[in-house]
Amino acid sequence: MNILVLLRMIPDVVEELEISNDGKTLDREFLRLIPNETDDHALEEALLLKERHGGKVTVVAPDAPELDDVLFACLAKGADRAVKISGVEPVMGGRAAARLMAQVLTTAPGLLPADLILTGVQSTEDLDGLMAPILSHLLQLPYVDNVTQVTADGPGKTVTAVKEFPSAVRAEFDVQLPAVLGIQAAEKPPRYVPVAKVRAVMKSQHLESAAAPAGVEAGQLEILQMAKPEPAEHAEMLAGDPAQVAGKICEILAARGVL
Amino acid sequence: MSGSIWVLAEHWRGQLSESTYELLALGREIADGLGVELQAVLLGHGAADLAKGLGKANSVLSVDHSSLCEPVPEACAAALVQLIKERRPRSVLVPLTNISMGVGTLVSTAVKVPAANFCRDVRVVDGGLQATCVLYGGKIEATVTMGAECSILGIWPGARAAENGRSDVVPPVEPVTVSLPEAPRVRFKRYIEPEAGDVDITQQDTLVAVGRGMQGQANLALAEELAEVLGGAVCGSRPVIDQGWLPLSRQVGKSGVSVKPKLYLAAGISGAPEHVEGMKNAALIIAVNTDPRAPIFNVAHYGILADALEVLPALTEAVRGKKG
Ligand SMILES: Cc1cc2nc3c(=O)[nH]c(=O)nc-3n(C[C@H](O)[C@H](O)[C@H](O)COP(=O)(O)OP(=O)(O)OC[C@H]3O[C@@H](n4cnc5c(N)ncnc54)[C@H](O)[C@@H]3O)c2cc1C
Repeated sequence: MNILVLLRMIPDVVEELEISNDGKTLDREFLRLIPNETDDHALEEALLLKERHGGKVTVVAPDAPELDDVLFACLAKGADRAVKISGVEPVMGGRAAARLMAQVLTTAPGLLPADLILTGVQSTEDLDGLMAPILSHLLQLPYVDNVTQVTADGPGKTVTAVKEFPSAVRAEFDVQLPAVLGIQAAEKPPRYVPVAKVRAVMKSQHLESAAAPAGVEAGQLEILQMAKPEPAEHAEMLAGDPAQVAGKICEILAARGVL
Repeated sequence: MSGSIWVLAEHWRGQLSESTYELLALGREIADGLGVELQAVLLGHGAADLAKGLGKANSVLSVDHSSLCEPVPEACAAALVQLIKERRPRSVLVPLTNISMGVGTLVSTAVKVPAANFCRDVRVVDGGLQATCVLYGGKIEATVTMGAECSILGIWPGARAAENGRSDVVPPVEPVTVSLPEAPRVRFKRYIEPEAGDVDITQQDTLVAVGRGMQGQANLALAEELAEVLGGAVCGSRPVIDQGWLPLSRQVGKSGVSVKPKLYLAAGISGAPEHVEGMKNAALIIAVNTDPRAPIFNVAHYGILADALEVLPALTEAVRGKKG
């Protein structure tokens, strides 16, 4: 099975985020970028499929700081190829990213045809957030999102994708190949790869590169303003050492009849 | 009707979803603000009866097709695209849930109109629409405006109170036909029901909720002990379940369950919108987090800026002491 995994680097939201002076973008100077979490799950699902059915896994990612290390880690985990798209804007909306990916996939040598194109179901960085449906439309391929499992009965023309619904209910869908799937979570947590193995791969393998095509339309609404949410009511903060805080919580619980 | 506001009337397993009522409440405000009609679009198979729950809208467009029996985004989007091209609404509100996710994005790509997802609010400003979108896991909000052309807005659960979207009025229904492929590329096979969990977290008065900030599965014992002295149970955020630290039956949020306990103590949970939608109605929310900017502090009643691994055992001890 020939599988493409599309990966994007996005800001680590556990870190402090600062807004630039233009008021419309994040200040990227001190921003730490990490692979979009669900894209990481998409890679894991691809590697699991490869282990079961054989084939090739190729990771494609728009260039970003720290990307090389991430792509070498993908190779160390078991991906066969890693392709970096160079000459891209530092921040791209979902639409622009999907258009870029669609163009690169159709023009760069040896990427399509693929049986499956997997990407994370969601990224929190742009106003679209979802890349799989845009890509599926551009490539005219079937699409399912919120996928947590993909199974194939040998080299068939379909796969079964398990999709999450609310209330912990899931559903199975038959999906014609080739297809685009938005992965929510892989069947297993993404594998860990020791640094030594990544270093070894850096010496023995190389990253490929594809130039971004010129004039990819952004096609996204313009953000007028970004702000940190100012809630009407912020939590009342309880200060003190753990024992003091615990004492205060006990009083609150007692007053509310929880204790 | 051209220029009206549309709401995709989401339904699942025979019932209109809470999100539908929330969107009707929001859609009503927007339509009134613009002085246009609000229409609900009901896509399904044998589901036309649900239209009577959509009285907050001026009218309902009802499509019945065998391909719309179960919610397959491709099929719903194909139907909506046809209706939009024929009737040119001003704006279409689509719920951003695990049922309808992707529909709005597919539609906006196909019809080539502006779209924004993650909207927690949409208002009429100077005759145009202005949306507030939640980005970066709830840490940043972005304001965007839509011109007079058609736009597609993906709305987060909780944008308005569902109560405000209910009505006893039975709306007029217009049946409409669309043509959809006879051999769909994505076919529904079956539902997989959740395995009955060891405890039903929706029935607990006290929940100690753990997130990735608990650092490792071994530390969950600290939460178990606290839950035990409080007479409650432990639940968790998605990463905790994805890592296999807790079973799926304990997941709170968008793809898990919604809970409404008397006490929800969130330890090491950032408060991403997908988590918050499942616990925001708890009577008392206490959050422990090491990040002063963690969005969970925007929904919690009380917050503690500290290491959960220190606070949980201290609290267990204090509760034990109090109980004697
Ligand atoms: C379609 C979709 C559906 C989803 N459904 C759900 C769902 O049902 N439920 C759900 O929860 N998520 C869901 N998610 C995932 C959601 O977007 C977040 O990724 C997730 O909720 C984050 O979990 P977390 O808060 O545990 O982890 P993180 O966001 O990584 O936060 C960890 C927090 O712990 C804090 N921390 C670190 N160390 C400590 C310490 N020692 N003491 C105290 N605090 C500490 C950090 O400051 C941080 O705030 C869904 C996502 C998508 C795309």
